[in-house]
Amino acid sequence: MKQILIDYTLHLADNSLILGQRNAEWCGHGPVLEQDIAITNISLDLIGQARNFYQYAASLIGNDATEDSLAYLRKEEEFKNCLLVEQPKSDWAQTILRQFFFSQYQYLLFQKMQNSKDGQLAAIAEKSLKEVTYHLRWSSEWVIRLGDATEESHNRILKAIDELWQYTGELFETSSYELQVANDGTGIDASKLKEQWMTKVKEIFSEATLTIPGKTLMQTGGKEGNHTEHLASIFTELQYMQKTYPGCEW
Amino acid sequence: MKNYLRKFYYGDIPEDKAGGNIVSSEAKSDWPLWEVFIRSKQGLDHKHVGSLHATDAEMAIENARDVYTRRMEGVSIWVVESKYIHASNPEEAGELFEPAVDKIYRHPTFYDLPDEVNQM
Repeated sequence: MKQILIDYTLHLADNSLILGQRNAEWCGHGPVLEQDIAITNISLDLIGQARNFYQYAASLIGNDATEDSLAYLRKEEEFKNCLLVEQPKSDWAQTILRQFFFSQYQYLLFQKMQNSKDGQLAAIAEKSLKEVTYHLRWSSEWVIRLGDATEESHNRILKAIDELWQYTGELFETSSYELQVANDGTGIDASKLKEQWMTKVKEIFSEATLTIPGKTLMQTGGKEGNHTEHLASIFTELQYMQKTYPGCEW
Repeated sequence: MKNYLRKFYYGDIPEDKAGGNIVSSEAKSDWPLWEVFIRSKQGLDHKHVGSLHATDAEMAIENARDVYTRRMEGVSIWVVESKYIHASNPEEAGELFEPAVDKIYRHPTFYDLPDEVNQM
């Protein structure tokens, strides 16, 4: 049972870490200074969440595990993040849309997780929910702004929907460990969040003069460690120092 | 007498007199400039902290939150579009401010404040 809780906690941590890392690629490259700071603030929030989950996972694993060893030394197939968060940041529209999809998901997830039987997960969810509420507000407004503004911005967000929609299904696909933690009341069965998520996304999309795509073949596998090639490109940066100079500190 | 505030890239001091290159903030972005006022936890009033670009008031408040309150500086934010701020002309500083210099009797330094009077 403990292994299941570890897997679930790592899944939550990996989601936040990888998206935090992707968003951090905007640092110094944002469209304007103010939004550069906004997106990197969100990165820092996500990495803060990841640290909380990794620290908890490390305490469950014991031995010599630390938050650093879990983030920097695990292999690609050991990561349990959804495919959505590892996709390239692409342009601003794609970054915004991904953040909106993910924040809406995290918002619903953490709202439920506040009542987890596991005190640590409940506490992390409660702390993170405030941050996520702001991420959701910020990204929703941007989706509306881009969808509803110029032909260029509208086309860009359409392209982003086209690229990212196929990764949204996995968010609500229940992995083996999610099913088990949901059954014992420590975790959340993500499939139960899907309907509410869809309603909220439809709401924002209609304000943004966008429509939800029709039936789409969904890409999945990330939660079980089957990733797209894009995760490896994150690791070349994220894990380079620890792999080249094991145990280095600064 | 009244001038619209002319904002320069690095603050209010006209840099043409300092010999540097003027980069008008309007040229850097199509988004209008906003002045930001923050009230700190202890503060009673909103204080000017700087400026930023945003497309509308809502975005200006969010940008202000991200740019100016990252270190728990504030509990309340005001924003106002810079173009609505009217400023005195620095070249008229002499006639505006110097006449007050020799009128020290206007300072409340000639009587003692009771201890009960706070925040003076």
